[in-house]
Amino acid sequence: MKFSSLSLLLVVACVGFAPLAQADDAMIEEGRQIAFDRKKGNCLSCHSIAGGEVPGTISVPLIAMQARFPDKEVLRQNVWDQTQFRPHAMMPPFGKHQILTEEEIDKIVEFIHTL
Amino acid sequence: MISRKVLAWSASLLLAGLAANAGAESLDADVSPKKDLEAIQKFFTEKFPEIAWEDFANGTYALNEAWYENWLLIEEFPPYEIAIANGEEMWNTPFANGKSYADCFGEPGVQHHYPRWDKEQGQVVTLALAINQCREANGEEPLKYKKGPIVDILAYMAYESRGQIINVVVPEDEPGALEAYKKGREFYFTRRGQLNFACAHCHFSMAGRTLRTEPLSPALGQATGWPVYRSKWGAIGTLHRRYTGCNKQVRAKPFEAQGEEYRNLEYFHTHMSNGLPLNGPAARK
Repeated sequence: MKFSSLSLLLVVACVGFAPLAQADDAMIEEGRQIAFDRKKGNCLSCHSIAGGEVPGTISVPLIAMQARFPDKEVLRQNVWDQTQFRPHAMMPPFGKHQILTEEEIDKIVEFIHTL
Repeated sequence: MISRKVLAWSASLLLAGLAANAGAESLDADVSPKKDLEAIQKFFTEKFPEIAWEDFANGTYALNEAWYENWLLIEEFPPYEIAIANGEEMWNTPFANGKSYADCFGEPGVQHHYPRWDKEQGQVVTLALAINQCREANGEEPLKYKKGPIVDILAYMAYESRGQIINVVVPEDEPGALEAYKKGREFYFTRRGQLNFACAHCHFSMAGRTLRTEPLSPALGQATGWPVYRSKWGAIGTLHRRYTGCNKQVRAKPFEAQGEEYRNLEYFHTHMSNGLPLNGPAARK
């Protein structure tokens, strides 16, 4: 009884996750576009990012993001408002000041976390 | 890597020390223009030890050989020359009442006396404001403050003032002057706009780095060359037009050109360049 409900759960989980995995790729691509859009994330004005042209030199290159942010949520909080961790941080508070929507931030974080 | 870390750290210390934000009122009470001047000029001369003192008046062009070479090419046929010629004509043309700018200013090369605290008026008087006060005192319409004829007369007066040394004075026996200076200083270090930048974020610790391909100029020396022919504008404009643009760039609502906020800002902003030679009008990207 116990075993069969566990298998059922697994089946549900697999069926449930398959479309989600596909959505992630699309989400990452959307996140990339938002990140590179001058009127949205405009991340390249300060950060160099693989695949992005003429980056600025204001801040650190966005590399090894999973090593730097094992917890994706912490990365998201930094994009949302970095001054909560470093009062003098220069990066615009993309969430707090509604520069991007919460949904756009989710997408951008998915993209940045792949770098 | 270590030196970069130390720089960033010292910059944040400087910001912390100078920032007149909420909760730092005790710092604000201790504001000393003299100490600011020392701290700011020390910061930039230590940050860019390879730059000769006078070259800070050339903005970002002092920081990079390629930028400098391009700028010299532009200066071969100065795009602001026509403004100087127009301004000279304005200077030499009497007002309807027969008087002229010379009756107000004596000679055209007086830019180094501005901005200054005017005790009688109880406010900071910039050269642009003084020009319009001169016009109105003589029955002429005031000029608009961001572009047009104001730029011509400013360009001529700036040209005649070239080589004079900036020496903005905040008189110690004038509480109003110190108050105006403090307000300008607070403006400079206050975050504003949706993007949440203070002027200092880009023009202190980040000076010399690039925003995409655009170099950020050091705050020290920004006030020397006005009015400026800006390639981005395709025209020559005033310092307050530039302030307006800076505020818009950070998605903040700009203040009125020659309003109290920008005049106080100009007072603080020019004061930090005390000792540098005036070199306007200038060409900038």
